[in-house]
Amino acid sequence: MTKKSYTGWGRALRANGDLTRPDSTKNMTANAPAIGNRRSYGDAALNDAQNAIDMTRIDRIISFDRDAGLLTVQTGITLGELARVLAPQGWLPSVLPGTGFATVGGAIAMDVHGKNHHHKGSFCEHVTDITLIQGNETRKITPKNAGLWKATCGGLGQTGIITEATLQLTPAKGDLMLVTEQRAVDWDHHIALLDSSDAPYTVGWIDATATGTLLGRGIVEEGETCRGLRPTLRGAKKIPFDAPHWALSAPIVKAFNAAYYRRVPKSGRTVVRPIQDFFFPLDKIHDWNRLYGKRGFHQFQCVVPLDQSGALRAMMETIAGSGLASPLAVLKRMGPGRAGYMSFPMEGYTLAVDFPNRPQARDLIARLEKATVAAGGRLYLAKDALSSGAAVKAMYPDHPKWAAVAAKADPDGLLQTDMTRRLSLRTPT
Amino acid sequence: MTDTWIILGASSTIAKAFTRSVAEQGANVVLAGRRMDDLQATAADAQARGAASTHPVMFDARDPATFQTIIDVATAQGGTINCAVFVGSMPAQDAIDADPAILDGVIADSLTGPARFLQMLAPVLQENGKGSIVGVGSVAGDRGRVGNYVYGAAKAGFATYLSGLRNALGRHGVHVLTVKPGPVDTAMTEGLGPQPFMTTADAVVADIHKALGKKRNTLYTKWIWWPVMTVIKLIPEPIFKKMSI
Repeated sequence: MTKKSYTGWGRALRANGDLTRPDSTKNMTANAPAIGNRRSYGDAALNDAQNAIDMTRIDRIISFDRDAGLLTVQTGITLGELARVLAPQGWLPSVLPGTGFATVGGAIAMDVHGKNHHHKGSFCEHVTDITLIQGNETRKITPKNAGLWKATCGGLGQTGIITEATLQLTPAKGDLMLVTEQRAVDWDHHIALLDSSDAPYTVGWIDATATGTLLGRGIVEEGETCRGLRPTLRGAKKIPFDAPHWALSAPIVKAFNAAYYRRVPKSGRTVVRPIQDFFFPLDKIHDWNRLYGKRGFHQFQCVVPLDQSGALRAMMETIAGSGLASPLAVLKRMGPGRAGYMSFPMEGYTLAVDFPNRPQARDLIARLEKATVAAGGRLYLAKDALSSGAAVKAMYPDHPKWAAVAAKADPDGLLQTDMTRRLSLRTPT
Repeated sequence: MTDTWIILGASSTIAKAFTRSVAEQGANVVLAGRRMDDLQATAADAQARGAASTHPVMFDARDPATFQTIIDVATAQGGTINCAVFVGSMPAQDAIDADPAILDGVIADSLTGPARFLQMLAPVLQENGKGSIVGVGSVAGDRGRVGNYVYGAAKAGFATYLSGLRNALGRHGVHVLTVKPGPVDTAMTEGLGPQPFMTTADAVVADIHKALGKKRNTLYTKWIWWPVMTVIKLIPEPIFKKMSI
């Protein structure tokens, strides 16, 4: 057990506590929350002044049925590792989030989504069983355990330590992606391109600094897996130190975004990329979160219903007008798929934008949160670091059901995290 | 032709990372260690990653009666036979000071056990005229330090043995690589707190494959340990004996 100071991916929130890092689940009891690679931005994987169990060494593949595409793993394994190992064998995890460093355990606890959400739904919809440690007991659950299953999928790890899971994989033609990139010239064009896309994987990069007639411009990427000769992967780069605060200041971001937009020709283009480059574009730059300097950053991510795209456009206007946005901003159309009471997705549009951790940005995020509530949308708990319990509970109507199951599964509240305490999620109202 | 890798001490953190890497290249893997349940779990993992075949086999560095079966299982797979040695134990020096009997086990785990195994395997590789042996020692074997000189002595002996084996087998087309890792973030170092120039098991394995490709003889990983140990080895004994580094 080592005393450690650790943060979420946004580095704005910090915990000081004991971390144990076992390499097996033998003798494990659910007396502290389990954490993975800490890719949640806020405090979902933090437990200040108490213990947490780092699951990243518990990372074996337990069995792989190559005919049925059923894979059972220990949950400390990362999705990037699975994609790397499985794609050459003709399979991929059915849902991949924007970073390959996320663990399977984290993906379940957040019921993550990916660029194929409009077709395939959320991560846990492709999980067929989960092994939980509750107290000293180990039990395997399936979707038939209705309440417990729904409280575990997207349940922030509050129903037990998630140690193993079986994933239904999706066939992949190979370990390359055929990617079509088109410019979206403004907001309406961007939404129209997303609406009309029927590619297996679709995502929009949005220039969050463009204003006026250019508001909402960006690049829509559509992809499918393909087979071919694979270009040599370039080695990962690393950000070796905390960048100064001006590294992502308004003029630099504006210039970067304009260049990034023009990278894709007016007529669009189709290119072949290694799957890692398509699914996890930023993973090649290790520790890129240090670009935001010592104070860290926040990501705002909301989803609003389909008929509220106007409200989302208004939020985009507020963001673009603020001059606070970073190059990392994503717009995507989501389908209805979600597996749990506290799952983020709803049918509609999701917008994710990064902001450096400054007072003005925190005020802006508070305004965006209000607009999200007014539009009948919700915030993503994997990203949140600033919201309040009342707001989150209003966005998640099934919260009381989740809280009831969590209370039964973990009666002494030993699995609580900084996030569940900050948002008082374990109290029903 | 398919590679066959004997992984000696397959339950160690570095061995697991190495097993994954050769499994992903489609090798046959013979997993030799003491904890059969752990070896079976590693075998399932290797199989899913693309290993041609997996064979968990009992191996106890202190019990030479377990050695021949491993060699038999490996030769039955055919292909190019290779061996990577990850065995060793590192009890605290003060535990050995309190109970000198522990010393015998340290020497058996890190030196006599693996050396005797390799001595039995060498004729097979020599006969094949190809294959590689990877022997993991430690920077601790480069100089006897007050903190862990029994472990250091065992690793020094193993390094000398590997040097001789390289000399003997090199002329028959078999390559022997001595690996000297500094502190690696593993279960063995978990309780020790932050260590200088700490590296990870995956990084060590990547270095091993690079060194095998270039047929290097000795590999320090991280590389920084080569200049560091060169300097430490140069410190005159009259001064060194007063230091505690």
